[in-house]
Amino acid sequence: MPKGIKDCTGPIVRAFPYRAKRMMTKENGMLLSIADALGSRAIRATRSLGKMGMFLGASLARAAVPPYRVHNIVKQIHFIGVKSVFVIVLTAAFTGMVLALQGYYTLRKFGSEGLLGSAVALSLIRELGPVLSALMVTGRAGSALTAEIGIMRIGEQIDSLETMGIDPIRFLVAPRLLAFLLAVPLLTAIFDVIGIFGGYLVGVKLLGVNAGAYLGQMESSVVLGDVTNGIWKSLAFALLIAWVCTFKGYFARHGAEGVSRATTSAVVVSSVLVLVCDYFITSVLL
Amino acid sequence: MRVGNDGTRAGLDPQASDGKEWVCKPCHIGPYTGPKHEPVLRLIDVEKTLDGRKVLDGVTLEIPRGQITAIIGLSGAGKSLLLKHMIGLMRPDRGQVLLDGVDINRLTRRELYDARNRFGMLFQSGALFDSLSVFENVAFPLREKTGTPEGELREKVRGILRKVGLEKAEEKFPDELSGGMVRRVALARAVVTDPEIILFDEPTTGLDPIIRNSILNLICRTYHEHHFTMVMVSHDLPDIFQRCQYVAVVHDGRVVEVGTPEEIQKSVDPFVRQLVDGDIAGPVQLM
Repeated sequence: MPKGIKDCTGPIVRAFPYRAKRMMTKENGMLLSIADALGSRAIRATRSLGKMGMFLGASLARAAVPPYRVHNIVKQIHFIGVKSVFVIVLTAAFTGMVLALQGYYTLRKFGSEGLLGSAVALSLIRELGPVLSALMVTGRAGSALTAEIGIMRIGEQIDSLETMGIDPIRFLVAPRLLAFLLAVPLLTAIFDVIGIFGGYLVGVKLLGVNAGAYLGQMESSVVLGDVTNGIWKSLAFALLIAWVCTFKGYFARHGAEGVSRATTSAVVVSSVLVLVCDYFITSVLL
Repeated sequence: MRVGNDGTRAGLDPQASDGKEWVCKPCHIGPYTGPKHEPVLRLIDVEKTLDGRKVLDGVTLEIPRGQITAIIGLSGAGKSLLLKHMIGLMRPDRGQVLLDGVDINRLTRRELYDARNRFGMLFQSGALFDSLSVFENVAFPLREKTGTPEGELREKVRGILRKVGLEKAEEKFPDELSGGMVRRVALARAVVTDPEIILFDEPTTGLDPIIRNSILNLICRTYHEHHFTMVMVSHDLPDIFQRCQYVAVVHDGRVVEVGTPEEIQKSVDPFVRQLVDGDIAGPVQLM
């Protein structure tokens, strides 16, 4: 066999061994190796995507069908929702404040300081509220979720559930998925309200914008569609975070290092997907 | 003579070589009287490849009902994988795993979970739920799988914890327990639902001799009380020969010999001899 194509045992060679053998000259051996490597990666990626899709399908099916583990769901809502309130309030307040600060000086150039309320509210309700809430929840609750499920996988606790005849997806994943779907839109609503209040503090109390103009403009420019769009987005992000974080934990391998890798990966993938999906959802909803 | 924690002589007499029934002296209890020669579990030509390596290579093995079967072999020989195949945690690439004649790999998810209700399993690490106390860990399968009323459940769990000597540790969490205590809790959890078949994955590995013997005594006592079918993966040679009726020797993903402990101890197979005698010299050269 020509040098350079000795290790050429990827999917293409396996699928077409006779043809591959005929093609194995020194010149095209390298090309075949590259094609094989690319093919291997493509197959791995497709398989992984399929596995993720099947995991999501199984999780949604278990979440939709009773019996619902109400106690577990409430416990998870407490962990994902209640315990995230502080970080959400803090982030929202400063986001609203900085929006008001930036918006005030920009709008003043055009003599439109009165529109500050609209600018802050629309930015928060349509965009920043859902996105920043999702990112905060990913960092605080999503990472913990991956680590928790990952440790259960590494410690054979998930296998232990299986041996007891308990479906681990129904027991572990479905309640968390439902909790995310309930908690994230509520956290987003809190983010919006606190953000608008933060903007009010800076715009009205600090920079002297008329309080009536701030609130009045906001009331006239924000329509129900903006709020529902925000809710749809937060629901989509909640599903995305729960999906990625539980999947990464559920299939964690290789001990403590594997759990750490899974946790990092879950946060990065969830955050990037939130931003990517935000664009597509916005383009559909607008 | 081995002396257990309760002062009684631990261990079972080796399989009677003169054809007499096997009797456990410390317990003074006779053998299982059911259809003991009928296999409850049968693995037929089971093959499994993981990461390009064939870890099970045509394993055929029968697990007799109501008996203790030990699976011995080197580390990495495929013993724990065999247990995982028996309970359907892993699916073979080829071959069948029959539970009372039904291939568990052809069952639907729901049927498989129902079939698993017949099993209990003790993992090497214990696999206790970190977030639950000792009491909650033992009560967990009862709460989840049976409609046992709370009062009865508490009584049952406390009774089992008393048997394993952990009645005072019921409020503790797994990270507050020693290795031996973790195994005892895991044993209590495995038997709390009175399963027909219990699988033990190295129940005593890494424990000191006293705790190891107390765990083996507990397993022995549990067997005599309930006559479960037990399958035990173990490295405790030669102790394990005194506590089981059948032994299967696994090497390189294959069952190389099956027999009574006495037959295995008298085996002329070079690998089995090396394993039983613990010789460095033999067909397996590690260094």
